Amino acid sequence: MSELKCIHGKADCFYEHYERKGEAQHQTHYCPGCGHGIAHKLLAESIDELGIRDRVILVSPVGCSVFLYYYFDVGNVQVAHGRAPAVATALKRAHPEAIVISYQGDGDLAAIGSAEILHAANRGENYTSIFINNAIYGMTGGQMAPTTLMGNRTTTTPFGRNVFNDGYPLHVSEVIATLEAPTYVERAALGNTKQILQAKKAIKKALETQMKGLGFSMVEILSPCPTIWKMDPVDAQKHVREGLAAVYPLGAKRDRTKEAEPRPAHIPAPALEELPRILKLDKGSDAAMPAHHETVDFRVKVAGFGGQGVLLLGQLLAEAGMDYGLEVSWLPSYGPEMRSGTSNCHVRLSNKPVDSPFVSSPNVLIALNEPSLRKFISTVEPGGLVFYNGTAIPADCVRADLRMHPIPFFAVADELGSTKVGNIVVLGALLSATGVLPLEVVDHALPRVVKAEKWIEIDRQALRRGASLLCPEVPVHV
Amino acid sequence: MPACAIEEAIDIKGYVEIDPEECKGCGLCVAACVQKVLSLSPQLNRYGYHPATNEEKPCNGCGLCFYACPEPGAIRVFKAID
Ligand SMILES: Cc1ncc(C[n+]2csc(CCOP(=O)(O)OP(=O)(O)O)c2C)c(N)n1
Ligand code: SF4
Ligand code: SF4
Ligand code: SF4
Ligand SMILES: [Mg+2]
Repeated sequence: MSELKCIHGKADCFYEHYERKGEAQHQTHYCPGCGHGIAHKLLAESIDELGIRDRVILVSPVGCSVFLYYYFDVGNVQVAHGRAPAVATALKRAHPEAIVISYQGDGDLAAIGSAEILHAANRGENYTSIFINNAIYGMTGGQMAPTTLMGNRTTTTPFGRNVFNDGYPLHVSEVIATLEAPTYVERAALGNTKQILQAKKAIKKALETQMKGLGFSMVEILSPCPTIWKMDPVDAQKHVREGLAAVYPLGAKRDRTKEAEPRPAHIPAPALEELPRILKLDKGSDAAMPAHHETVDFRVKVAGFGGQGVLLLGQLLAEAGMDYGLEVSWLPSYGPEMRSGTSNCHVRLSNKPVDSPFVSSPNVLIALNEPSLRKFISTVEPGGLVFYNGTAIPADCVRADLRMHPIPFFAVADELGSTKVGNIVVLGALLSATGVLPLEVVDHALPRVVKAEKWIEIDRQALRRGASLLCPEVPVHV
Repeated sequence: MPACAIEEAIDIKGYVEIDPEECKGCGLCVAACVQKVLSLSPQLNRYGYHPATNEEKPCNGCGLCFYACPEPGAIRVFKAID
């Protein structure tokens, strides 16, 4: 006596009713014969069989399969076109215990999202990518995808895909398999029942790869789109088998599932309290700073050649000002060249919040060369201060309404042993002329800005030498 | 797998049940069935498709039609268990 038992039916993983579809709640929204439906079934069965339904987060794409979340009774996130790998990365890193599965079409993954998939795979993110390659943009009505076969007529290749205009069909799995990190990459197809069953095996294996923590896994699935291909479903299935599979060979492109070691779930972030030490922000900031009361409105423009330490001078001034309890900003502005281009920066120190870091009419101009002086002299506010690296202000740059100090700062620095500290000599002069900050405040800020120990001592000397240039009673040595 | 054992014992190897309202008449199951048990019905369903049918004929319950079908619940396959 025997009993008939249901051995294949709707997977538990599917909702019983699909809410979106008004009356047809028992049908998917796919066209008759569409491969998406088959791929859904394979994925749903695999999830059921592995017993991971409560842990799955599915990431659905933009494309015909955008409504994935109406079918799968699992966690769901619907994302912008092509961005599934980035979102899957975030989900998996934030929830290492979740099984994260992205589902993407070929327009989504191989065109607009090509950068995302490449980098997620290259990082070996421990999630599973299901990639439905139907060699076309289905949802938008049949535009060429990077995967479209040569010669195919689509709405965007009306004369057929042409190598010179459109390039070659993109072999995504093979490209991914050139990367070091991916653990498992297989191309499967939905061209007949044998291929379909093989596709299911591949999906399961990919999910197991993730469950074991072995890293990135992807299954590319060659899939029929009878509607856009303008074929009846049986012919479309045959075209998968004979047309697509001839261009895109099936099989594993990467399988390191045996030898791969489990990845750490995530790299733990350092404790918040540790950050200042790690980023070397703690140096020097322990000393108690003298309190500050005056009204300050320092709008400084520092300009010179790249390599003269223009940016560092501004940064040091801003850092020290911040330590001193002032509101500060520092805005560097420079060309692409590291050396010998021009460079300038804007610094503001104020006892009120800084409204804009941009300094268009400075009350302090530091011009480390003649072109900079010429360029900015007319912008200085009446009554402002000018420091010029030279022995005399060129006659046509002299302004009676400014306090102008021509000093050969870099020659002074040379006497101290290195022209490199010329910028610090300038800073010393600026501080002594204005009294905006005590020199010791700069001493404390120095190690944060100047990382190399060997410069710090000579910088401190340079600061005092600079201060002495306008105010001789300050000692040159510490 | 949904628990849907058919109670009465029948002396056959297998059987499929097709939901004519979920079926979209794509014919992939018909092409997949090696035993040639399936065909598309001349009737139209509510949505204007010719649904697949086994005309209540038993079969070997191999399940090939199930995996060929894109609809999650259009086909259920039953197999005789001793
Ligand atoms: C940013 C953005 N660009 C373009 C679109 C339009 N668009 C929607 S689906 C799609 C292509 C989908 O093709 P594919 O990923 O192959 O999915 P299929 O429909 O073929 O399954 C495009 C270009 C969009 N929705 N968003
Ligand atoms: S257009 Fe193509 S991919 Fe989209 S649902 Fe229809 S058959 Fe499927
Ligand atoms: S179970 Fe097998 S034999 Fe029965 S209808 Fe389906 S494909 Fe044909
Ligand atoms: S494969 Fe499914 S949808 Fe297509 S005809 Fe058969 S039962 Fe209907
Ligand atoms: Mg597509």
